[in-house]
Amino acid sequence: MNSKLFSNITRFIILVFLQVLILNNINFAGYINPHLYVLFILLYPFAGNQSLFLFLSFLLGLSVDIFEDSGGINAAACLVAAFARPNLLRFSFGISYDHQNIRLAAAPFGSKLSYVFLMVVLHHFVLFSLEMFSLNHILLILKKTLFSSIFTVILTLLSLTLFSKKYR
Amino acid sequence: MQQIFNFLIRNKNSILFLLLFVVSVFLTIQNHAFHKSRFISSANFVSGGVYSWSSNINTYLHLDEYNERLLEENNKLRNIISNIHDSISVEKQLDSTSFEGDYLFRTARVINNNFSKVDNYLTLNRGKRSGIEQEFGVITSQGIVGIVDRVNENYSRVISILNSRSRINAQLNNTNHFGSLVWDGKDPNIVQLIDVPRQAPLQKGDTIITGGRSLIYPKGLPIGSIQDFKLDQTQSYYTINIKLFNDMTNIGYVYVIENVNKEEIKKLQDTNEQ
Repeated sequence: MNSKLFSNITRFIILVFLQVLILNNINFAGYINPHLYVLFILLYPFAGNQSLFLFLSFLLGLSVDIFEDSGGINAAACLVAAFARPNLLRFSFGISYDHQNIRLAAAPFGSKLSYVFLMVVLHHFVLFSLEMFSLNHILLILKKTLFSSIFTVILTLLSLTLFSKKYR
Repeated sequence: MQQIFNFLIRNKNSILFLLLFVVSVFLTIQNHAFHKSRFISSANFVSGGVYSWSSNINTYLHLDEYNERLLEENNKLRNIISNIHDSISVEKQLDSTSFEGDYLFRTARVINNNFSKVDNYLTLNRGKRSGIEQEFGVITSQGIVGIVDRVNENYSRVISILNSRSRINAQLNNTNHFGSLVWDGKDPNIVQLIDVPRQAPLQKGDTIITGGRSLIYPKGLPIGSIQDFKLDQTQSYYTINIKLFNDMTNIGYVYVIENVNKEEIKKLQDTNEQ
């Protein structure tokens, strides 16, 4: 239990710093940045306390917001993603979620991809909608969501593969 | 009563979610209001510290470039100084009438710079302790950058001109027709000048400079050149696309401008209104 707590705290801090110091400066093709810090929400223990999880996700988004000067958009996006996670998990992993015995590293690639993709798209859509804050820019919102999501999903899957031994 | 408690306990996650969501939306809305974002900004002790630490490393990688810019600026200033006795050849951009010591310049380093979002901010490594206050203008040697909007002891936050809420008074170099400088959120090299009257003679490549109406920037600082222009829906005002002179994606050191007479002018204007 303690090692789990420790690894989650470390992951939280490392991801926030990685996000604000490196990933926010990529600006691929002018505006595409991966938001890899969603990885914390993806990897948080599935059987953990749900209320604490919501609160931690909020805190994660807020930390990134403070660095990015963006009000509360990351916090809101993380919160929505965290709140929708049980449903998306059930959708992607089916029966094994109900028995609480998913191991993300050992899961079949298809369900892993759908879980990561849905979470990231949801998070990014809320994020960019709140950033633009107007329906006039719906096309720009969708464009940003699509491209940034692709970037984030690729990076997420890569880091899941690279660091999979740790979480087994 | 029992049922209410049961309801609350059963739905505690949804309630927590709604509560936190409202908080974050509230913070977002507050951030969208000019000058009202009180709670959260990167100009605080922790994020300012982290950013200045990372920018300390980052600056070393760009030293060559900064030196070149300084050299260029020195060259420009030397040209002006050597011609200063010849009153005809003084460059129009730095007209001596607009630099009579009304403005105080301070240097600062940009420790964080955004340009990929719709509302972008910069963080500077100078704050109250160095005399920086709200509504000071921020420029580089090549063009304008933004306006200071939050100040902490040691750091300050700047609303970039690449921000949907930024409106800066600007005018044509050749004539005195003026408009507002805004950004549509698309290209970090292109900003828009709106509300320029139809009578204004426009030509591609014309220079746009700051107009002296805002009390923030001195008149005559270069901003960019006209890329293209078209009439807006009312057919009476131009919307002009402007290519910025300075590269907003690559800003190292900046000058912060204080208008020394601002209070005095403001007081005068306030009495006019009454």
